Parts: sequence; structure tokens; C-alpha cells
Amino acid sequence: MDSNPRLVIEQSTTDAIVIRIAGEWALGEARPDFSETLRAVSAAGTVTFDTTALGKWDTSLITGLISLYQASSNSQTNVDWSGLPQGAQKLITLAFAVEEREGARRAVKRDNILVATGKAVLEFTEATGEVVRFIGQLAQSFGRLVRGKANYLKSDMWVVFQEAGAEALPIVSLISFLIGMIFAFVGVMQLKNFGAGIYTADLVAVAMVREMAPIMTAIIMAGRTGASYAAQIGTMKVNEELDALTTLGIDPIDFLALPRVIALIIMMPLLTMYGSLLGILGGMVVGVSMLDVTVVQYIAQTERAVGLNALFGGLFKSLVYGSLVAVAGCLQGINCGNNAMAVGQATTKAVVMGIVMIVVSAAVLTVIYINLGI
Amino acid sequence: MNDTAHIIVDDVTLAYGDFVIQTDLNFSVKRGEIFIIMGGSGCGKSTLLKCLIGLKEPAKGVIRFDDIDYWGSEEDTQLGLKKKFGVLFQSSALWSSYTLAENIALPLRQYTDIPEDEIAEICSYKLALVGLAGFEDYYPSEISGGMKKRAGLARAMAMDPEILFFDEPSAGLDPISAKLLDDLILELRDSLGTTVVIVTHELSSIFNIGDNSVYLDPVTKTQLTVGNPVELRDHSPNFDVRNFLQRGTANRD
Repeated sequence: MDSNPRLVIEQSTTDAIVIRIAGEWALGEARPDFSETLRAVSAAGTVTFDTTALGKWDTSLITGLISLYQASSNSQTNVDWSGLPQGAQKLITLAFAVEEREGARRAVKRDNILVATGKAVLEFTEATGEVVRFIGQLAQSFGRLVRGKANYLKSDMWVVFQEAGAEALPIVSLISFLIGMIFAFVGVMQLKNFGAGIYTADLVAVAMVREMAPIMTAIIMAGRTGASYAAQIGTMKVNEELDALTTLGIDPIDFLALPRVIALIIMMPLLTMYGSLLGILGGMVVGVSMLDVTVVQYIAQTERAVGLNALFGGLFKSLVYGSLVAVAGCLQGINCGNNAMAVGQATTKAVVMGIVMIVVSAAVLTVIYINLGI
Repeated sequence: MNDTAHIIVDDVTLAYGDFVIQTDLNFSVKRGEIFIIMGGSGCGKSTLLKCLIGLKEPAKGVIRFDDIDYWGSEEDTQLGLKKKFGVLFQSSALWSSYTLAENIALPLRQYTDIPEDEIAEICSYKLALVGLAGFEDYYPSEISGGMKKRAGLARAMAMDPEILFFDEPSAGLDPISAKLLDDLILELRDSLGTTVVIVTHELSSIFNIGDNSVYLDPVTKTQLTVGNPVELRDHSPNFDVRNFLQRGTANRD
């Protein structure tokens, strides 16, 4: 027997057709086209089936038959289903047993570019509003902390501190050291031409302390800790753990966000200072090896270059950046959606939002510093 | 079981923004009663529960606990009421970074000045009550689904609540575990007088332990009836309610 699936239409009288289904129908194999059959069914008055030559069949046949069913009800054609195998008839009946719930089907609309732009702007303003609202809630939480009424576990706080501080030392060391080396390298290449090679020490020191250590450390922490906060809190949201806290009367912001914001506010300046130091060390390695200077000379030059203004200016910046990273991480975690994809999105948004806020505040603070003469 | 109303739901409407889920909800739960919230899929049972435990404000209407309007009260009053609730979530919602003992200890540490060694005793006792003695130092990820539920119940009972709320407690439990849970709920009510509100559609539990119930309809978006489940199954004038309680075999008379 020829096992190729076949679909043949036979006109038995002017108004009646017989559909012969034959062969073996299997999902994943080439299936005969139903469009001509659909047209024929719509046009006919009566339809019968002949499945004497039909072998094995499965869903591939059923989906075709369902489209025939729909076409026949639309055109009010009489269909005699008894020629089909029993199992097929039952499956078709099952498919239509529960009526589609009214209002359930969603129309997929593609917005045109104007609407899409409008929506994007609105989303942006809403997102900014969310940040402001969250900072307000955090401020209230701080207020409760000061009055001794905040709901958090002290033992948790120490774990968060360790995670945000001590455990970040390796990566901050690596990156700061390398950046110091890169700066020194660039500086030496240029300044050597003017016989001013020693001023590389100034370049590295001032760049690291004022700007590079704060920003690089902050960006590292955004990717490392901000993402971790968003993922941790977001997963808790998906597991209803935040709801469980709320029903106990514990505000998740007190319990989860407050310790994390405090941790980064305290740890960032410390990490930044450490990073500056390592950057200067990295610069020294390059400077001393590429120039005709001694370690002592390099250190002395560095000391002369960095003043208290630069140091405190940099540390204040790092404090601001640290709080922004924590805010971004905790906010995205708390606003996380309800599934795995949402946790991924929350993590991404936390990092991007953190970095954007860092860079914007870097610009703002630099302008302020210039105007204040710091 | 005395006759005072412990919880009163008064003309409540539940909605997400403009999307209304249920309206005109009116029923009360007596002190010490085991009350079932049931209905077809998507009728808003879990939303109603969220409303009762303080997670979602009703769009309209009042929810009273012993005559105190929950959503109209100050935060301090709300907090005082929340301390009397114990909630078992459908997924147990145990805090995944804490051990079982730490999960139970959290509400105790937050709200009482009980010394640490007594807290440890209480945690062991609550775990033993639910059949999990010895599992104090296990993390939620290390125990089975049924055990998580029982641990969640132990946590819900940590502060000896006046009202216990359950969201689909027998979901995912084998028949024996579901029966043991029923027995435990009855025991709690009988010995401590705890009022229990259960969202479920596990028929055997509904008939075994339900004293009173409300049926929510997803199509008309309101409650169809209030009453004892066994009586509703046998005598309710409403076909949908009888059909639900008879597992789809009701006659339309």
C-alpha cells in the first residue's frame, strides 16, 4: 500500500463531495495542502468521508480536519463525519467542547512609530517617577532607622556589608591596578616627548583620586552588587517571599533595601580609596620602569599632586554613586514581574539604570565642583 | 464556637484598575469557624484572600475584623491586626535564605522580646506540631513540596494567631498528606479556637472541615451563595454551586 498521505476530492453529485483520506499521516512529515479541500467544502452542500485507505494518523490529520469543521460551520455545509475513524471524531468533538471564553483572545496590535514613541516617553517619565517615589520611601525608612523603629535583622546587615565590601576587593584591586597602569602608560608616552615624564605621577594620581576610582568602582559595583540585589530581591518577589513579609507587617523596604543601601553608602568610599591607592601603585610600576625615576621620587611627586580637595571630592562622589547603585538594584528587584524572564529584565535594568545614573551624576557633580572651585 | 462575627466583608468590590474581578461581596466569618472561599477558576478567590490579609485594598467596601475597619485604619492599627493573622501561601513562600527555624523565628524576633533560647524551643515545638521535628537547620530548597507547606504552616502559627489564612493548602499534596493537614486544621480550631479561612477547591477537604463557605462566580463576577458546603451540595437552589460541589454530576432540577 502506498503510505504517502493523500487527500482527494471527488464530486459525486453536483452538490455532494466525497473526501478520500489515504496513506499514513505523521506529524513532522510533508502534509497535503488543505486549501483546495476547504474551498470545495465551503462550496458543497453535503460532504462525506472515505477513509478505507487510511493507515496511521495523528495530529497532522486532526488539525486539517478542524479547519474543515470551521469552514463547514461558516458555510453551513452538511458534513457526515461518520466516515472518519472513531478516535478522530472524538478528538474533533473535544476540541470544540469548551467554548472560547469571551474576551480571552487578545488582538496583537503593532503600534505605529508615533504611538510607540509616545509610549516610550510616558514609560520614561513613569520610571523616573518610580525612582523618586522609591527614594522617598527609603528616606522614610531611614527616618524609622534613626528612631529605632526600623524592621530589619542586624545579623543580615553584617552579611550584606561583607558581600558589598570585603568580597568586592579582588575585582576592585584588579581593575584599579590595571587602569592605573594604562593611564601611566598613556601619560608616559606623551609626556616623555616634553621631558615631563615625571608628571605622569600627577596624571595618574589626580585622575584616579578625582574621577577614575569613583566611577570605575561604581560601575564595577553596579554590575556586581546592583545586579545581585535586583536578582535576589526579584526572585524573592516571584516566590511571594515579599508578600509573606508584608503580611507579617514587615516592610520589605525596611527589611531588604535599607541594609543594602547603607552597606553601599559605607563601603563605596572605602572601596574607592582602596581603588585609588591601587591605581597609583599600578601607575608607579609603569612609571618607575619606563622612566628614569626612582620609587621615592615617584611617591613624592604623587604626594604633591593630590590635595585634600581632590580626595574628599572623589570620596563624596563615590558616596553618591554607591547610593545610586543600591537604589537602582533594590528598586528593580522590588518592581520585578512574576516570572523568570522578569528577573532577568530586572537585573539588566538595575545595571543599566545604575550606570546611567552614575554617569549623569558624575557630570552634574563635576560642574558643581568646578563652580565651587573644589 | 460562639456567634460573634470575627470577620465581616461588607459590600466589597475587587478590581485591578478598571478590570473588575468581583463585586457585591457580603459575608461574615464567625469566631472559631472554618470558612471556605471557593469558586470556578479565575473567579478571584486569591485576590479576595489578598484583600483579607492586607496585601491589596478593595476598590470598594469595608473589611472588618471585630468591628475594626482594616483598610480605613491607621498603619499602627493595621499592624496590630496583622499580628493576629497567620498566612500559609500557596507556594509556602518560605524565605529561601533562612533555615526553617530562622523562618519561624523571624516574626518572634521582630515582635517579641523573647530570649533566644526560648525562641529556639518555640521553633522546635512548632516544627514538631507539623511533623517536621529535627528539620530546624534545613533550608527550604532542601525539603520536599509537602514539607515546605508544613513548614509554612509552622511559620504561620509562630505567633499563635487568632485567624489562619490558607491559599490552596492541599495543592500538590498526596491524599494522605492532605488528610493529615485537614486533621491538623481541625485540631488547631478545636484546641485553640482559631478562626480559619481557606481558599480551596479540594472537595474532600471542603466537606470534611468546612463549617461555612462562600461561592464566587467568575462569569457574573459576584458571590452566588453562602452556606455550609454539605447543605449547599445537597440543597442549593443554584445549579452552578451544586454542580461544583458534586464534581460536575449535578442534575438541573
